[in-house]
Amino acid sequence: MPETRILPTEYVTDPNLRVTSSGKTIRSEEMIINMGPQHPSTHGVLRLELVLDGEIVMDVIPHIGYLHRCFEKHAEHMTNYQQVIPYADRMDYLASMNNDWAYALAVERLMKIEVPERVEYIRIIMAELQRIASHLVALGTFGIDMGAFTPFLWMFRDREKILDLFEMTCGARLLYNYVWVGGVSHDLPSQFVDQAKAFCRYLKPKIKEYNDLLTYNEIFVRRTANVGVLPADVAINYACSGPMLRGSGVNWDLRRDDPYSLYHTLEWEVQVGKGEVGTVGDCWDRFIVKVREMEESLRIIEQALDRLPEGNVQSAIPKRIRPEAGEIYVRTETPRGELGFYIISDGTASPSRVKARGPAFVNLSVISEISKGAMIADLVAIVGSIDIVLGEVDR
Amino acid sequence: MEELLRSIPILGESILLYLVLAALPLVFMLLYALVTVWVEMKVSAHIQDRLAYMRTGPHGVAQPIADVLKLLQKENTVPATADKFLHALSPYLVFAGTYGAFAAIPFSSAYIGSNIDLGVFYLVAVSSIVVVGILMAGWASNNKWSLFGAVRSAAQIISYEIPAALAILVAVMISESLNLQVVSRLQQGGIQDWIVFGGALPLTQKLLVMPFTIIAFLMLLIAGIAEVNRTPFDLPEAESELVQGYNTEYSGMRFAVFYMAEYANMFVVAAIAASLFLGGWASPFGEFLSGPIWGFVWIVAKGMFIVFVQIWVRWTLPRLRVDQLMYTAWKVMIPALFLCVFAVGLILVL
Amino acid sequence: MTNAVSDYFRTIWKAISTIAIGLKTTFPHLFTPSVTLQYPDQKMKLPERVRNRLYVNIDDCIGCDQCSLACPVDCITIETIKSTPDQDLGVTSTGHKKRLHVPQFDIDIAKCCYCGLCVYPCPTECIVMTDVYEFSEYDRHNLVYNFSRMVPQDIETAKAKLKKAEEEAAAKKAAAAAAKAASADSAPGQSKPPAS
Repeated sequence: MPETRILPTEYVTDPNLRVTSSGKTIRSEEMIINMGPQHPSTHGVLRLELVLDGEIVMDVIPHIGYLHRCFEKHAEHMTNYQQVIPYADRMDYLASMNNDWAYALAVERLMKIEVPERVEYIRIIMAELQRIASHLVALGTFGIDMGAFTPFLWMFRDREKILDLFEMTCGARLLYNYVWVGGVSHDLPSQFVDQAKAFCRYLKPKIKEYNDLLTYNEIFVRRTANVGVLPADVAINYACSGPMLRGSGVNWDLRRDDPYSLYHTLEWEVQVGKGEVGTVGDCWDRFIVKVREMEESLRIIEQALDRLPEGNVQSAIPKRIRPEAGEIYVRTETPRGELGFYIISDGTASPSRVKARGPAFVNLSVISEISKGAMIADLVAIVGSIDIVLGEVDR
Repeated sequence: MEELLRSIPILGESILLYLVLAALPLVFMLLYALVTVWVEMKVSAHIQDRLAYMRTGPHGVAQPIADVLKLLQKENTVPATADKFLHALSPYLVFAGTYGAFAAIPFSSAYIGSNIDLGVFYLVAVSSIVVVGILMAGWASNNKWSLFGAVRSAAQIISYEIPAALAILVAVMISESLNLQVVSRLQQGGIQDWIVFGGALPLTQKLLVMPFTIIAFLMLLIAGIAEVNRTPFDLPEAESELVQGYNTEYSGMRFAVFYMAEYANMFVVAAIAASLFLGGWASPFGEFLSGPIWGFVWIVAKGMFIVFVQIWVRWTLPRLRVDQLMYTAWKVMIPALFLCVFAVGLILVL
Repeated sequence: MTNAVSDYFRTIWKAISTIAIGLKTTFPHLFTPSVTLQYPDQKMKLPERVRNRLYVNIDDCIGCDQCSLACPVDCITIETIKSTPDQDLGVTSTGHKKRLHVPQFDIDIAKCCYCGLCVYPCPTECIVMTDVYEFSEYDRHNLVYNFSRMVPQDIETAKAKLKKAEEEAAAKKAAAAAAKAASADSAPGQSKPPAS
């Protein structure tokens, strides 16, 4: 291939012009290619416009909005605050319990309702189970993007057990409408505690199996280490949260640093990426943070199951939800990061404005920053490691 | 086999004899492809803790036939701006490369398609025709992504032919012949005579040579997987290149030919490895269970075992990126195999 | 320099060992039983709280419209006709007296989001979520379930009766107002105490 050299900028006005060693001027342009909105990988309808120089990505421009369902507008037209919860479920459909809880917490704080202790523990158990389920999907689909087909199916098999627990409690497997303002819709059935404990015992060796098969596999490590490195300061500047932020080494978890419910009374640790196999903040770090968070969630669930007090879960549910005029912003830690609800109430029974701050939306914004210079194969790894759910990105 | 067929009056000395001889591997290839599709389906399903097809026949045994029927009756879509002649020709080139390799594989002591003394050399050469077919497929599709996939695939296959050839060289050095029939005959003494365990050499030489032959065998397996474009080496076919890489614009019968050629290629690679290292049609028990018919059973069994290993590896490991793939071939496998060749040569000479 | 060389060998060793561990992890799964249920021959056993297709026991419906108001997607359409005092619609199984005819109770199950919010406010517990999940139809319009069993004749009768009762009530009111005006005219001296 003839050697090309780039002329100094004062001699050339078009940066795409190069001069070959034989003196000919050739024009090399960057190729613009679309990835999506129909993807073979299961991230949803996201269109990524790639500006490529051969195989190297120069820029990534995400185009979103293909799954916009007007959640915030619907919320304004509901006749009461309770009716918004099925819509909040469907925002991040892989982590419904967390969505419901964030919204319910916002309304409860607006109305200054205190929920019974049993309700707090139930909510913690459900949220952590949901976190495990969501991480299983995230890790499984990431594995499939990398070409490892088997862990995906194993993780779904384990996720079925969590969904069975949820179905036993509230009747639904994916979109629950379970956490209500002031309480939860159903009390735990009698066999829940035993089955949940059995599940925690069941999952621990499975996580070890996943680590054997996927996490520490050298091919996987080579594909994800030093890829998509997100430095800590960039992550903070872009307002990343959740495993993306913790993968970059920033020790920040809302359950500990802006505590809500009874997380501060339980013993668990925040998992942070340390750059064990590559740089701090690469895709592998984000992966291992999620795996370790699953183990921490198991710890939390076991402690909460042991401490579950008696009580009536529906005693604090108000007959009529009519908060006084005001506004509030409440944030919680979902599997994807910081989910915040900003609610403006005008004193009537239906909200005046509900704004959802979706973590996947904010995390996705960093993609063009971290994929400069990556190859197309690396880009797939990066998108997978950000763990987006288009329902939340587009709302 | 040839004598048997010659004795049938109609065939005799006419061209029909050779046509029948050539058709036998074709029949084998078709039947084998059906069986392997089913085996892959079932093995992958059970590894993933699920059942595969259970409705088309008991445990889905008729599913491959259903797949073939479906592909046969599908519309043959050709992109409007594609090069029609090349688009039509490339599946058959790929198929020809694979089918041609069947000529030199010894299926039994009584049957080998063509008993040439350059068997191994011929095999390595004829499987390169596959590269031409793939490049043609990618170019003729008039699709940027197909071209990407085809060029990568070509680079991959060419790169991995060198470790394959070097590994074959190790076996050839021990057996002192390029004719696969001779190599198989040399391993007739039983499992201890298999070249992977050192071959029929005096004991000291055998023990010294054994680690290198084992390494060469494993390298041949890996290079074989890369030749067939299977995970962990299937970046040309999957992922960011969407659909199927060079296969994207193919449907119907042409796709069926590509598909079958891929499975047949798996067997070719497996059969070569089996003939060279695992004794070919020779029974592992020496005289027991040997003979022309048993020989066929043995080589098919060994081939299927290696195919099973290929399937097992596919559903376990993630994919390598293209540059990592090249790194593995050129910077890891080739130096290691040079070392093996050098060491084996030294041991044999001394 | 030696760092790169030792890295090279370490990578090769790690690759081989982790691949071997991975292969060892997947192989036993060939012999473990699979977790697939062969639907429709084998069906999953559903728990009792499961939320699937809606069912309305129309005999127990008192027409209070609470479920329709609670629905976040407006999939329930209810129309009621007031009954006149001479009609006896009976009592629901929970003891509530029925005072409204329900000529239309439609649920568009295709719009339903299976949240269960309609079940909680029903005073007679006549709308429930069953465990039926196999209810696909070829025609989308068949997914609008009509639960009301009133025939058009009865609807007309009820409407007519209501209209008559309203007219009678209006006539009575007019007569009472006229009578009051007449009595006020005939006794002008008696003034009413001033209205406070």
